[in-house]
Amino acid sequence: MRKFWIVLSHSYLTRLKSKSFMITTALFLLFILLMANFQTIIDLFDQDSQLDRVAVIDQSDELFAILDEQIDQGDYNFELARYDGTLEDAEQAVLDGEYIGVLELEVDAEQLPVASYHTDQLSNQSVQYQLESQLQQIKVAIATNQAGIDQEVLESIYQPVPFETVAIAQADGTTSRTEEEISGARGLVYVILFLLYFAVITYGNMIAMDIANEKSSRVMEILISSSSPIGQMFAKISGIALLGLTQIGIFLLAGYFVIQSKQEELVGGFFEAFGFTDIPASTYVYAVVFFLLGYLLYATLSAMLGSLVSRMEDVNQLMMPVILLVVAAFMIAMIGLSTPEANFVTVTSYIPFFTPLVMFLRVGLLEVPTWEIAISIGIMIATIILLALIGAKVYRGGVLMYGRGVSLKDFKQALQLSKKE
Amino acid sequence: MTLIMNGVTKRFGKFTAVDNISIEIPEKQIFGFLGANGAGKTTTFRMVLGLIDPTAGTISWGGSPIDYERTDQIGYLPEERGLYPKLKVKDQIIYLGRLRGMDKNDILTELNIWLERFKITDYLDKKVEELSKGNQQKIQFISAVIHKPKLLILDEPFSGLDPVNVELLKNAVIELKDAGTTIVFSSHQMDTVEELCEYLCIMQHGKPIVHGSLKDIKRSFGKKNLFIHADFDLTFLKDHPGVVAQKLFPEGCKLQIESEAVSQTVLTELNDKGFVRKFALEEPSLNDIFIEKVGESYA
Repeated sequence: MRKFWIVLSHSYLTRLKSKSFMITTALFLLFILLMANFQTIIDLFDQDSQLDRVAVIDQSDELFAILDEQIDQGDYNFELARYDGTLEDAEQAVLDGEYIGVLELEVDAEQLPVASYHTDQLSNQSVQYQLESQLQQIKVAIATNQAGIDQEVLESIYQPVPFETVAIAQADGTTSRTEEEISGARGLVYVILFLLYFAVITYGNMIAMDIANEKSSRVMEILISSSSPIGQMFAKISGIALLGLTQIGIFLLAGYFVIQSKQEELVGGFFEAFGFTDIPASTYVYAVVFFLLGYLLYATLSAMLGSLVSRMEDVNQLMMPVILLVVAAFMIAMIGLSTPEANFVTVTSYIPFFTPLVMFLRVGLLEVPTWEIAISIGIMIATIILLALIGAKVYRGGVLMYGRGVSLKDFKQALQLSKKE
Repeated sequence: MTLIMNGVTKRFGKFTAVDNISIEIPEKQIFGFLGANGAGKTTTFRMVLGLIDPTAGTISWGGSPIDYERTDQIGYLPEERGLYPKLKVKDQIIYLGRLRGMDKNDILTELNIWLERFKITDYLDKKVEELSKGNQQKIQFISAVIHKPKLLILDEPFSGLDPVNVELLKNAVIELKDAGTTIVFSSHQMDTVEELCEYLCIMQHGKPIVHGSLKDIKRSFGKKNLFIHADFDLTFLKDHPGVVAQKLFPEGCKLQIESEAVSQTVLTELNDKGFVRKFALEEPSLNDIFIEKVGESYA
């Protein structure tokens, strides 16, 4: 047990003190800071330039005033300017860069607005859409006014229908998830999906790299003559897990402080968008459980594969299937987010490599019976133990094998080398 | 604690790497394993250490097989040298030493003594990859002996070193033996084995073809070497009865003779032939025994 801690602290500390770890962590922190201050940064650039101006040639004499008022009240990044010259002069002014476009306003025989927009920036469509929708509103107002409908009637026509979804209570008094709970869980599922995806790929790769590195530098033979390979494998997995928790912890802490400092801007923004406000505590517990089990499963798999290669170059090739598994789980979970009750989601939630993502999704979005969750966790734990047993054997034999490339033959040979007779 | 191998065999599929070895390695002695490449030395060591299990037979050290409970008493210098290239010498030895059950302060004290002894004190804070191959090997040696093991296994400890460093390491090995360590090592270099070992074993194709104490092996070999330096042509001695082989040098020749007695008849024959500068009867060298036993193909 003492040696377990020595290996654990060694793999944790050497990684923690390595330059690559510090750089990635720093880059991530920078990214978080940038994201948090995104709005401020955009504003900074926008303040430099003056508001874009659109020249308006108004033939009707009334429309400009109404449109200008609406644009002023709204939050647009352009303003209107009345233009008294001819259309040709205005177009020239646009080409000279004075305006971004010319809007020509007229009224037709029924006193309804007609407009044409002349610009040299056809790619920038937001201005013309915004102008168009504002004019549409003006047109509706004028038309209804002409038809003799008053403003209040109009508003009641456009009012949305009151529509409410009510969950029917079960016989035992429990209800299925409410709309708020589901959307909250959906947000959490998103976050866990990304975290697990990130963790498996980053830290799984790290474990495989570490082991391959010890093999290629041939220090492995000394290590396994000092302490048991199985203990070393799990010490390494735990050490990297600790590293992962440290790194994710740093990110979460940074995220927390950023949110704290930006509270006024973010209240009701971020959290409500993700719906984190209304989630049952059990969902958080399951998130942690499935995250740890998922990590352990993929880490054991990576450690086993890492002990099969003898050169660093082969690690990526060997990690490919692992990454494909994670990607498959990720895809199923992503599709499952909108159809959590689909058959394929239910079935795949029992397949151990998909369980951490897919079962968690079901737990978060549906009312899954406890025994189903227990079975899937049971299958996962059994798979982890099985993988650990095979992994330990392969590890023991694999570390003494120095071949080129990797094949199924190597796998068999590694098992043979470690055979107890 | 004696290391006893009893009928130890290791097969990899159809290939037999080690074939029925039964030897006893006495305590506090230096025991040499000799053999061509692929003779099964490294496999034997790995089985002794418990890294791989024998297909048949048993290995025991002080009555029971070596397991991870006792690895703190064992030192191992693998043939494939291996250290973490990116780690500093200090951190490296501390890690490996702690895995052998030492604590950090003892490791640092011992490490400084060893570095001083090998005259490489400047390398304490250097990364291993920055060191020359010879110096890396010294660090590797330190990592194998820093915890004062009772059983030390050295796989080809002197290969790739210059004569000065071989001498340094040899002296260290002798000192460890005097301090009570049982040392098992393998080598191609006959002269080092002859110099260091009291007991040895010559292996070929996984089989021990000769083993026992150096003295007994030489005595039972029977044949002797006769060195003659003379002014006249010595080729005629080739056909002298009792002469097994002759090797000519510019200043004379070396004869391999069946027994001591043959030397006297040779001496009689040389009478009156001319001036004889040197006439010496010598024990066979380990090299002679090795070549004879393992075959002319390997020298």
